Amino acid sequence: MYVIIIGGGGVGYYLARGLLDNGHEILIIEKDHKRCERMEDELGSVSLCGDGCEVAVLAKAGIARADMFIAVTDEDDDNLAACQIAKQKFNVPQVIAKINNPKNEHIFAKLGIEHTVDGVALVLEHIKAQISMFPLIHLLSLRDRSLEIVLVRVAEGSLAAGKSVKNLSLPLGSVASLMVRQGQECRVPDSDVVIEAGDELVCLIPSGSEEAVQAVFGISAQEESG
Amino acid sequence: MGCGRVGAELARLLDAEGHKVTILDTDASSFDKLPSDFKGTALLESATDEEGLEKANIREADAFVAVTREDDKNAMAAQIAKQIFGVGKVICRIYDPLREEFYESLGLEGISPTLVFARLLKEKLEK
Repeated sequence: MYVIIIGGGGVGYYLARGLLDNGHEILIIEKDHKRCERMEDELGSVSLCGDGCEVAVLAKAGIARADMFIAVTDEDDDNLAACQIAKQKFNVPQVIAKINNPKNEHIFAKLGIEHTVDGVALVLEHIKAQISMFPLIHLLSLRDRSLEIVLVRVAEGSLAAGKSVKNLSLPLGSVASLMVRQGQECRVPDSDVVIEAGDELVCLIPSGSEEAVQAVFGISAQEESG
Repeated sequence: MGCGRVGAELARLLDAEGHKVTILDTDASSFDKLPSDFKGTALLESATDEEGLEKANIREADAFVAVTREDDKNAMAAQIAKQIFGVGKVICRIYDPLREEFYESLGLEGISPTLVFARLLKEKLEK
């Protein structure tokens, strides 16, 4: 595949390395001369120095034959402009934008760029995963289906502990798809399996129902006061 | 949006004609360019996000003009104003003539100072 990457910062550079290792043809378009030189030194001739939002620069990059276009600069307006031009002017089949301000996700979608990666949210979820205080962690968003795959930790004193999977009263459309119990192999839980504190469940839930799910697995008021 | 020389001058002209003007910029010192008798609102906000535009009462606006230094900011703000808030008249400055052409195809009204100025210079030379 021929992949064009806009932005040769940390994300662009390591993305390029990964794609090169997998045998893809890539080109990084980066404004900064120093960054371009560094990439030339380390990765070979894979960069083009210029503004990836300029039509002339993109034409020079051979965008007409690109299979994929990825914009990962630190400026959302640049990522939006580059992706819109790639998608709507040059008809690149796959266009993906990095989003720096989480609020911009739905703006991008409304303006025609549906495939976005929210860098801040991803880092945030990874940090939350390291800290046990957060009972619900987003693993993946299936945006076109409005579904989320989340990991739920059943804490000591959780309302869910002692209940069977079928009695959990998860929001409509949710599925407890995988159960991870200490010392046991992962398994798809039967509806009769009784949840214990310390269990972890991977669940498929409708987008926006996170609070309801948290409530199902929340700590009972008694325990909290005690 | 954008209180540079052009933005400030446009705001002054419209304000003097009695229009209700709100001007946004992310640099407070840029508002020094506004005349002392400017009756409109100067707002220290970014117009490339919805919150900043909401604070500028964009829903009540009849027109939105984006004239920051950066083409991409102007294009993004203009698209938000038009597509998300449905402002009737939206104009943005796009320096890159090729990109201006592209944004016109998206339904944005763009002005490329590069083209306009080059044309103007040519006319003057031919006189």
